[in-house]
Amino acid sequence: MKILVCISHVPDTTSKINFSEGDTKFDTNGVQFVINPNDEFGLTRAMWFKEKQGAHVTVINVGGAETEPTLRKALAIGADAAIRVNAMASDGFSVAKQLANVIKDDTYDLVIAGRESIDYNGGMVPGMIAGLTNANFVNNCIGLEVDGTSAKVIREIDGGKETVSTTLPLVIGGQKGLVEESDLKIPNMRGIMMARQKPLTVVEPIEAGAETTSIKFEKPAPKGAVKLVSADNLDELVSLLHNEAKVI
Amino acid sequence: MSVLVYTESEQGTFKKAALEVASYAKAVANQLGTTVTAITINVDDASELGNYGVDKVLNVTNTQLQSFNANGYAEAIKQAAEKEASKVIVVSSSADSKYLAPLLAVGLNAGYASNVIETPASTSPFTVKRTAFTNKAFEISQINTEIKIIGVSNNSFGLVENSGNLSTEDFSPSISDSGIKVESVDKATDKVTIADAEIVVSAGRGLKGPENWGMVEELADVLGAATACSKPVSDLGWRPHSEHVGQTGKPVASNLYIAIGISGAIQHLAGINASKVKVVINTDAEAPFFKAADYGVVGDAFEVVPQLTEKLKTFKAQQ
Repeated sequence: MKILVCISHVPDTTSKINFSEGDTKFDTNGVQFVINPNDEFGLTRAMWFKEKQGAHVTVINVGGAETEPTLRKALAIGADAAIRVNAMASDGFSVAKQLANVIKDDTYDLVIAGRESIDYNGGMVPGMIAGLTNANFVNNCIGLEVDGTSAKVIREIDGGKETVSTTLPLVIGGQKGLVEESDLKIPNMRGIMMARQKPLTVVEPIEAGAETTSIKFEKPAPKGAVKLVSADNLDELVSLLHNEAKVI
Repeated sequence: MSVLVYTESEQGTFKKAALEVASYAKAVANQLGTTVTAITINVDDASELGNYGVDKVLNVTNTQLQSFNANGYAEAIKQAAEKEASKVIVVSSSADSKYLAPLLAVGLNAGYASNVIETPASTSPFTVKRTAFTNKAFEISQINTEIKIIGVSNNSFGLVENSGNLSTEDFSPSISDSGIKVESVDKATDKVTIADAEIVVSAGRGLKGPENWGMVEELADVLGAATACSKPVSDLGWRPHSEHVGQTGKPVASNLYIAIGISGAIQHLAGINASKVKVVINTDAEAPFFKAADYGVVGDAFEVVPQLTEKLKTFKAQQ
């Protein structure tokens, strides 16, 4: 089985978010970048398929050379090869087109992408890859088993979960639950050394216009001080929620 | 040219989000000087939509669409958009809508903006405000394509009544066979889901163990709220993953979010920040959550929560 894991290069979850150039650009100053958490759950599941079912795992990212350390980390975790599409990741649709182009040239049985990145939260790349490559697609995937060309997938739905059966080629939008938090792998020294020898191929992008463009960013208004209510006077809290906040 | 809105239903009844996206679509239609057409799938009686500004309903009845399948639903909406020559399509932020919207975008070669929280600031160029960086910021996004898809964030617009004359028409799109077969659905039908909830009651490690969740559920019951939990709680297996809210869990955009025994790590706050009013109950007055909350009670959850539940019961009884 050939697996492609799409890796988004995103600010670490604890990053303070700031903007530069008149609030038009994300300020990367002092920001630590990581593998998008939703992608990392998928990558770890791909490692399971590699160990148990002999899958070959390629990781891919659309971005500039500055995103290569993130791909190397994925190689250190255990992926066999990496591809970087040499284009700025502008909007989800254009990223999906670049990825679909690579997938069309070099077919994969299973494509795993996070359900959304934690930076732009577009939630569009996995579905668009599926649409562009005519593959089956399951989003919000929290369980995945593959047997030959059949797959059993568990999808999180509002208020519960759904089990579906489908066939490869398949694209999934992954998230926590695909593997547990405790299954995530921290690369060891041997993995890091081996990653240096693994192929990282840079491919040039295709022409793909941006369907959406970021014009400007805003930060939420600073929050007023919390109103503290004494634990002995909860009637006041009920009254505030009813009369002031008007939420009950 | 009408604005097309996909109004989701469950077992023939509209979800609350459906009425919200209909209200939103009406506002956009007013900006564009056009009407609102809704597409419904396997709904018996769509007349309720007439109260929220919908002018026309395309009513699809199709056994192939009995259970949700993203491809089939996207095909139906695409054909409705083509029939109506719609340039703007509005969907909700439910799990199902977020599942089908990217497929619809590819089908119509449309730009798609998700998590949109306001009506377009401008319709030419077409710009919308959406949440980004997991609620740590807002992005003003311009949709450049002729056809535009807007995913409206839950509870961001609210329900706006707008009555008019509703016409209903049967619509029979051609649906191809789905490559995905639903084997089973495991869903608590008697509980409010986090996605639909106006109020969410959430608890963290401060509750000390899964056996203590009874009081959280009682508080949620009184408020008609959904229950949720912090990441450590779901990692410890005290509560199911589906209740985990935060950056890697479910996003919450409720009107009221009550956090019990949750310290307020940055990842948790990011996931729940879109909630309008936040109440925190914690023994530790230094907990970071107090800086992000509107109302706070410094106290022992085991004393405060049952008392608050009683007070709310009394309050509700008087209403």
